[in-house]
Amino acid sequence: MTLQQALFLLFGLIALGAAVGVVVARRVFHAALWLLLAFFGVAGLYVLLEAPFFAAAQLFVYMGAIGILIIFAIMLTRGMMRQQMPRVNDQWWLAGLLALILLGVLAWLVWQQPPVVASRLVPEDSLNWLGLALIDPEGFALPFEVASVLLVMALIGAIAIVRER
Amino acid sequence: MIPVQWYFVLSAALFCVGLYGVLSRRNAIAILMGIELMLNAVNINLLAFWRYGNPNNPAAQAFAAFVYAVAAAEVAVGLALIVSIYRNRETVDVDEINLLKW
Repeated sequence: MTLQQALFLLFGLIALGAAVGVVVARRVFHAALWLLLAFFGVAGLYVLLEAPFFAAAQLFVYMGAIGILIIFAIMLTRGMMRQQMPRVNDQWWLAGLLALILLGVLAWLVWQQPPVVASRLVPEDSLNWLGLALIDPEGFALPFEVASVLLVMALIGAIAIVRER
Repeated sequence: MIPVQWYFVLSAALFCVGLYGVLSRRNAIAILMGIELMLNAVNINLLAFWRYGNPNNPAAQAFAAFVYAVAAAEVAVGLALIVSIYRNRETVDVDEINLLKW
């Protein structure tokens, strides 16, 4: 086993174990902390995939912004958190069965294929290429602008929804 | 080297864990966390395709960046809705939020 494979298993186990922690944690605040750990594991996988920009964005956007937002929301709804309520609904066994079946089908499909290893090297300036593609009118300039508008709309919408009347 | 199948199986497992969380949890914030896990699984898949397909083509990276933007927008609006519902109904239990259910 090479170092890369060992690191993949390490980060993969962190991400997957923390993800299981998110869905089984009894208290929703603990679930949020597990979620941050899962984001960290995924960031490690991005490093292994030689996408350092996405690893950094994962840390900033997910662990930073989204993690803080979720923790804020938990704090704002905490009065309710003190009361005990069943953490899963009546259909939890059906949901688990469905998820297991989906996992079985996907894993079976993937293992049908012969193993593929990366054949090409990542270009040194892959981030440059991404930046150019995002502002290239032939590339992704329009979706990029739409994404910007979407973010502004989400910002204004979130403020409008929670505003005190 | 790591075979690409490892990434696919891992992201499938992460997606299914998130799916279970979305379908089974009662707390609306926990459901949003499940959605975040599913979006992360999708991003692992996109970047694995980029790395093992043609790393010179930034399309998959651009898609992953859009997934980030959509995830950020989704979590902002979703949490705003949850906080607003909590103010009006004093609950974030999705079993009790059934005004639009028939």
